[in-house]
Amino acid sequence: MSIAETTGAAAPEMPGDLLRIRDLRVHFPITSGILQRRSGWVRAVDGVDLSIQPGETLGLVGESGSGKTTIGRAIVRLNEPRTGTIELDGTNLLSLEGRELRARRRDVQMVFQDPYSSLDPRHTVGEILSEPLSVHGLATGSARHDRIAELLTMVGLDPAFIERFPHEFSGGQRQRIGIARALAVEPRLIVADEPVSALDVSVQAQVINLLEHLQDRMGLTYLFIAHDLAVVKHIADRVAVLYLGKVVEIGPVDTLYAHPHHPYTIALLSAVPIPDARLERDRKRIILKGDIPSPANPPSGCRFHTRCWLREKLGNPERCAAEEPALLPRPDRPGLETACHFPEEAAEAARPAAPTVVEPD
Amino acid sequence: MAAETLAPAEAERAEQIVAGEHEGLVRMAVRRFTRHRLAMLGLVTLVTIIAIAALAPVLLPMDPITPDYENLGMPPSAAHLLGGDLSGRDVLARVIYGTRVSLIAGLGSVVVFVSIGTAVGLIAGSLGGVADQVLMRITDIFLSIPPLLLIIVFISIVGAGLGSVIAVIGLVYWPQTARLVRGQLLGLREAEFVTASRVIGVREREIVVRHMIPNIFGPLTVVATFGVASAILLEAALSFLGLGVKPPTPSLGEMIASARTPSVLQEQPWVWLPAGIVIALIVMSVNFVGDGLRDALDPKASRRG
Repeated sequence: MSIAETTGAAAPEMPGDLLRIRDLRVHFPITSGILQRRSGWVRAVDGVDLSIQPGETLGLVGESGSGKTTIGRAIVRLNEPRTGTIELDGTNLLSLEGRELRARRRDVQMVFQDPYSSLDPRHTVGEILSEPLSVHGLATGSARHDRIAELLTMVGLDPAFIERFPHEFSGGQRQRIGIARALAVEPRLIVADEPVSALDVSVQAQVINLLEHLQDRMGLTYLFIAHDLAVVKHIADRVAVLYLGKVVEIGPVDTLYAHPHHPYTIALLSAVPIPDARLERDRKRIILKGDIPSPANPPSGCRFHTRCWLREKLGNPERCAAEEPALLPRPDRPGLETACHFPEEAAEAARPAAPTVVEPD
Repeated sequence: MAAETLAPAEAERAEQIVAGEHEGLVRMAVRRFTRHRLAMLGLVTLVTIIAIAALAPVLLPMDPITPDYENLGMPPSAAHLLGGDLSGRDVLARVIYGTRVSLIAGLGSVVVFVSIGTAVGLIAGSLGGVADQVLMRITDIFLSIPPLLLIIVFISIVGAGLGSVIAVIGLVYWPQTARLVRGQLLGLREAEFVTASRVIGVREREIVVRHMIPNIFGPLTVVATFGVASAILLEAALSFLGLGVKPPTPSLGEMIASARTPSVLQEQPWVWLPAGIVIALIVMSVNFVGDGLRDALDPKASRRG
C-alpha cells in the first residue's frame, strides 16, 4: 500500500484522537501438511484506518468474517497484526512488550460477547473483580473490598453478591459483572465485542443503557462491535461499516443511516425491519447474493463487486473489478467517507427505498 | 427492534438487582450428586464394602492363609460360612482379604496413573510447542503397545506382587489421563475467561495456576473414579492369569481362577462365586458414583443450570 493511499483513506486527523489505527493488517497464516508449511494468508483485516475521540462511541458493523472482532482483538493485543500501528494517546500499542505492555493493558479493556464463558466458573464475583485490581496494584488492602462493592453498585448489582459464583446469575447479570471487571482498572477505552448479542432482547436494552450511563458518568470511550444495526444506531456516535477486512463506509451515525452512499451499507440498512407496519410493508429489501467471499482470496478491485447490486444495475463496469476504490469524503455529507466508485449512483438508486430506522420520538 | 426494545434510560436505574439465596460450588455439587439415585446407591454399597474390608479382619479374627484340612473343598457350614477352597482355606476370609487387596491395588494405581498423566498433560498443555509434541508422541507410543504385552514384560522383569501390580496398571493407564488433561488445557486456553485475564495483564503462568488447573479438577475426578473400576478389573485379570499378587496372598482374581477346573465351576460354586459377586458389586458401584460425579461436577451444566 502506498503512502498516498493511506493518507487518502485516513479519517480526518484530529489532534485529540484517543485511539488512532493506521493501515492495520491482521493476516492469519494458512498452514498445510504435517510440516505446517504456510500456503497462504487469511486477510482478516487488510488495511484499516480508524480513529476514536475521547468520550466517543465508534460502532463497528459488518457480517461475520468482515474482520470486526479481529480489529477489537488487535487493539487489546490478542493477535499479532502483520503491519500497521495502533496508537493510544500517541503510544503505539503494537510496539509494547512484557512489563510495559502489561502496565498499558490498564488503558484498554474488553467486554466479551458470551457472558457464560467470559467468567471463570470456579471464582466468586469478588475474586473475578479483584484480579484486575491486584494485577495493577489498585485498591490494595482494606480498600479492596470497598472498591469491589463500589464496582458492583456501579453496574447495578447488589454488593452482597461478592461471595457468589457466576452460575448463580442470569446472562444479563453476568454481563454486568463482565462490565464491572472491565471498569475495575479505570480504562480509557473499552472494546465491547458484541456485548449484547448473546442476551435476551429485553435484557439487551438494559445492558446498552448501562453502558451509555457509565459513559456519561465516567467519560468512557467505546469501540462497539456489533452486527445489529439497530443497537449500533442507538449507542454509536460514528459508525464504520466493514466488508472483508476493509472499511467501506464510515461517518456520523445519523448521516450514515439517513444517507448511505455505499451499496453494501445500503443493502445492510435495507434489511433492518421498520417498526411501522405500513412502512415495513412497502420497504424494499436488497438481498445480497451468496456468502461473503473468502478472505484468503479476496476479489480484485472493489472487494464487494462480486455481490454488488449496483454494479449489476450499472451494467457491470470494468472499473469495479479492476480498481480498488479509496475511502473518500463525500463533499455534500460532512464526516461521511465512502469507498465506492459510484457513490452518487448508489445514493440515487437507494433513495426511493432508502430505509431509515424510524424512531417514534 | 431499536425503538421499542431500548427502554428509556431511567428504567435501568430503577431495578437494582438484589441478592437472594446463595449456594456455593460444593453445596451445589453435593445437591446434584444426592439427587442422582444410582450414584447414591453406588456410594452406599461402596462404603459398606470398604467398611467390611477394613474392619472385619480387625473385629472378627479370621485367617485367610492357614489351611484347615477338615474344610478342604467343603460347602458352606456354621464354622465356615462360605465353605472352604481347594486348599481348605476359609472362603469368607479370603474374599474379605482379597477385597482389601483389590481396593488397595485399585486406589494405588489410580494415584500412580493420575499423577503421571496429570503431570505429563499439564507440561504438554501449558508449555505447548516442542515439549508438547515430544510428550504427546511418547504418549502415543504407550497407547500403541498392547497392554497385556507391556504387563507381561514388566512383571517378568520386576516380579509379581502388589507393588508391581500397582506400578504396571499405572503404566498402562496414564496416557489417557495425559491426553485428557492436555485436551482440557487446550480448550481452556481459548476460553473467554482466560482471554479476559490476558487482557487484564495476568501472566501466562498465573493463568495456568489460577484459571486452568482448577477447571480440570472436575473432569479429572471423574476419570480417576472410573479409573478405580478399570484398575480393579485389571488387577483381578492379572491375578487370574497368575501375574498379580503372589500366593498365598488372597486375591479375588486368583479365587475366580480356581473355576478354570470344570468340576469346580460346576459343582463347587462357593469357591469362586463370592469373589465374582464382590468384583461386580465394586465395579458397578464405582461406575455409578462416577456417573453421579460427572453430573455433579460438569462445568457446562453448572453454567446454565
